[in-house]
Amino acid sequence: MAKILNVRNLRKTYTSGSKNLTVLDDISFSIEEGETFAIVGPSGSGKTTLLGLCAGLDEIDEGGIDLCGEDLSTLNEDQRALLRNKKVGFIFQDFQLLPTLTALENVSVPLELQGAPHATKDAMELLTKVGLGNRHNHYPSQLSGGEQQRVALARAFSNKPSILFADEPTGNLDEETGEKVIKLLFDLNTEMGTTLVIVTHDLELAKLNQHVLRLKGGKIVINETSAIS
Amino acid sequence: MAWRDGKASGKRLLLFMASIILGIAAVVSIQSFSDNLKDNIGLQSKALMGADFLIDSNQPANERVIQLMDSLGGADAREVNFASMAAFTKNGATKLVQVRGMEGGFPFYGELETEPANAAIEFQEKGGALVDATAMLQFNLKPGDSVKLGSITFPIIGSLITAPGSTGIGATAAPPIIVPFRFMEESGLLQRGSRLGYNYYFKNPNIDLKELNKKVDPLLDAENADLDTHTDTSQRLGRRYENVGRFLNLVAFIALLLGCVGIASSVHIYIKEKLKSVAVLKCLGATRKQTFLIYLLQIAGMGLLGGFIGTIIGLVLQQTFPVILQEFLPFQVEISTSFQSIFVGLLLGVCMSVLFALSPLINTWFVSPLQVLRVQEDTNKKSRLYQIWVMLAIVLFVFLFAYWLLGRWSFAASFVTGILVTFSILAGVSILFMRLIKRYFPKSWSFAARQSLLNLYRPNNQTVVLILAIGIGTFLISTLYFTKDFLLAKTSFESSAESPNLILFDVQTEQRDAVANTITPNGLTVIDNIPIVTMRMERIKDRSVNDIRLDSTTRVNKWILNHEFRTTYRDSMIGSEKLLEGEWIPSVALNAEVIPISLADNVANDALVTLGDTILFNVQGKLMTTVVGNIRQVDWARMQLNFSIVFPKGVLENAPQFHVLTTNAPDKKSSANLQRELVRKFPNVSIIDLRQVVTLIENILDKISWVITFMAFFSILTGIIVLIGSVRNSKYQRIRESVLLRTLGAQSKQILKINALEYLFLGVLGSGVGVLLSLVSSFLLAYFIFDTPFIPSWVPFLMVLPGITLLVLFIGLLNSRGVLNSPPLQVLRKEGK
Repeated sequence: MAKILNVRNLRKTYTSGSKNLTVLDDISFSIEEGETFAIVGPSGSGKTTLLGLCAGLDEIDEGGIDLCGEDLSTLNEDQRALLRNKKVGFIFQDFQLLPTLTALENVSVPLELQGAPHATKDAMELLTKVGLGNRHNHYPSQLSGGEQQRVALARAFSNKPSILFADEPTGNLDEETGEKVIKLLFDLNTEMGTTLVIVTHDLELAKLNQHVLRLKGGKIVINETSAIS
Repeated sequence: MAWRDGKASGKRLLLFMASIILGIAAVVSIQSFSDNLKDNIGLQSKALMGADFLIDSNQPANERVIQLMDSLGGADAREVNFASMAAFTKNGATKLVQVRGMEGGFPFYGELETEPANAAIEFQEKGGALVDATAMLQFNLKPGDSVKLGSITFPIIGSLITAPGSTGIGATAAPPIIVPFRFMEESGLLQRGSRLGYNYYFKNPNIDLKELNKKVDPLLDAENADLDTHTDTSQRLGRRYENVGRFLNLVAFIALLLGCVGIASSVHIYIKEKLKSVAVLKCLGATRKQTFLIYLLQIAGMGLLGGFIGTIIGLVLQQTFPVILQEFLPFQVEISTSFQSIFVGLLLGVCMSVLFALSPLINTWFVSPLQVLRVQEDTNKKSRLYQIWVMLAIVLFVFLFAYWLLGRWSFAASFVTGILVTFSILAGVSILFMRLIKRYFPKSWSFAARQSLLNLYRPNNQTVVLILAIGIGTFLISTLYFTKDFLLAKTSFESSAESPNLILFDVQTEQRDAVANTITPNGLTVIDNIPIVTMRMERIKDRSVNDIRLDSTTRVNKWILNHEFRTTYRDSMIGSEKLLEGEWIPSVALNAEVIPISLADNVANDALVTLGDTILFNVQGKLMTTVVGNIRQVDWARMQLNFSIVFPKGVLENAPQFHVLTTNAPDKKSSANLQRELVRKFPNVSIIDLRQVVTLIENILDKISWVITFMAFFSILTGIIVLIGSVRNSKYQRIRESVLLRTLGAQSKQILKINALEYLFLGVLGSGVGVLLSLVSSFLLAYFIFDTPFIPSWVPFLMVLPGITLLVLFIGLLNSRGVLNSPPLQVLRKEGK
């Protein structure tokens, strides 16, 4: 299968005051199309940073990343945004819904940005799929945490992404709700044939993936194929 | 604790503070300058008059007045003044000037400031003239050139910079020329018809002016003369400037109020963000009072510091006022520090910021420690009750401050009502707009346009405050523009050939035909030939004017008793007149027993007469009994010759009279040629060029509006600071939203468009409502105060509205730069933490 994400000798340093802090050092790995991939590690190990860099949310210092066949270092911010809009989906730990938009409007944002003709209709279908068709007119503040994350899930799949990045998708949910959200995530992923990259603390969740990458102190300590593959 | 917590929020507190600094600076600068002006007027009281007191009259002192003056030790100097045409022989230019013929050592206090300095003394010895410095510049004159007044040509000895008795604005209309008194008779300018003023100056520093006023003034009144002391002059002047100062102070106070609304809004968001900390402190055992005091002290400290900085800026700023107001000031104002204004600045800083911050601060009092675990948005009923008390305290404080400034309860109440109405309308419109957006959301609009509209009611939005800030600034500027426009329209005149634009005064009866014959060969026609007869009232109804003067309970206006009326006679009414009561009587027989006259309504009101009442006139020695035949309304603002008293034809034809002739000169050149010729042939005739008058009024209004614009500028600057504060307050939220959109694939231009459209909506709405409100207020001003039709100008709609909108857009985008530049990952990582 073709590689959808290829990370080569990645290094990222942040400056804090007068000190340089290396968050990621010499990271290399690749993910194939349709694969499910977990990045695990303790707090501060660089998981979220790695996820963000893979999605082109910031510029890298050294090394290279190819996403969906594009070398991210050759793209400017707007070109990277366009790539994300067409081929990437996102799920965040704290949902990141726009508070001024209803559930339906939040789901349709990626399609609206594309100028898609049936944005509302497509968004409504997805919202129904995650079980919130009857709550489409509700604002984020009127929804529970689990419901908000389901809206975020619908939004992440609305542009039919080739790859979906999920940052601690159950981090802010109770166990039962978290399980429901994960089931929904994997079901939709299977249905749409999307590549899934999940950052998580939860080793049980990590085990559900075909591939697990373990980070510690900004370095890869384990890069292994999971038992389920 | 207040200090420790404040340190962490230092930058935001500084921004709150900036909102009031300009308002305080404006109030303090005006307050301090007014105090200085008042002190200066008091100190320079004698220098303003140039003497301790004077006796003035519009006729030479008669025997009785001379006796009175002798009993006071005799006049130390005398002056005759009148308007006349001056011809500058160097370039043939002519100009209406105020001639002041001086004799004696005037001024006894202050000085005639001239260039060269010794010209002030030499003009008497050399028999020359001191010509107003601005006129010297205007006509490119130098000492040594000459000026012709009447039949005498005077060498110009020097330029006159300042002189006691010649004020800035008056000098703009008719610049003063001082010449020795001894040439006045010879000049031929003291003829019948000229409006002459005789001043007799006295130097007597030890005299009791109050006692003098009490004893001598009534005696002088009977002789149609008047006593004026230096304290009267300075009090009159003081009152005039006090009124201007009060008005400017109110404009400054509006800037401060606007800043306070900015504070209230910023503190609201600041406190909302701190509520969790308050709940934590309460969980750790802090009392309500302790937590409340932490933030109260922060705000009070901020207000004190803001008041301090604003006061310093205000004190520096007042140094520029003598320059800004120089056209309006009769003397050089020496600026010193006014301690009262420093106190006012500090007091306003603390009181206003605390009062306006109290409403959001009260929320800390009612925060439940439970908020640590769970966010509760609702404030309870008790809190709302306190909010009402706070609102009342704010209104009371504003009312008391306005009363302190204006000195009258009714004015203060009107000011507070006006402010409340304006603020309420602006706030109401913005709330209504947001509700309308929610209700009739334009779903078919593009994503960027919809998103920008939605941003107007994002959590912690400051839409109302921004529309207030933008609206007030626009309102002030537009009202100023509309008002200036209709005032100018009121003074403009028809430009058709039938409407006169040159008015020739003081034409003697024997000169009338010769003057007309000078006008017509130039291809011009004499439009009006108006006879003028001067007279005084001798008896009103059955009481003599002298009796009424002595009656302290009379409600007859004093000016009626002392005024020399310039009346005319004609058989019909003119365009500026409207009959209110009675019948117009075109003519009567010469020997008619009762002469029916026409009175302007203001004269009838001031003289307390009505139809059928008799008035006895003294027509230059001959007594004439008249009866009020009709009462007219006169539009005095119309650029034509209006009269308060009009006689019918048939009775005044043989009375001593002079004439006013009018003509229409099609262009400036023909006007200048005719004026030159007339001044050469008839030096006693004064000419008013209405074109120049309109330009003059335009200039004066420009100067006034410049001063008001200067003060309105504080409101606009405060509005800008509130705008910046508001953008900064919501910056993190904007960055979060923009980053999220970018993560979902939005490109820079889409985010820029969303931001730009949001500011565009705010700008258009704020400035649009501001212009519309100013349209209403200007209409009310035109209708109720200036009594003139109001035809709105398009300029505020075409210039002010787009101008302010673009300014809002520019400031908004300038302060949103960080939103576009922030890397998404950095924000998302912060968010995750």
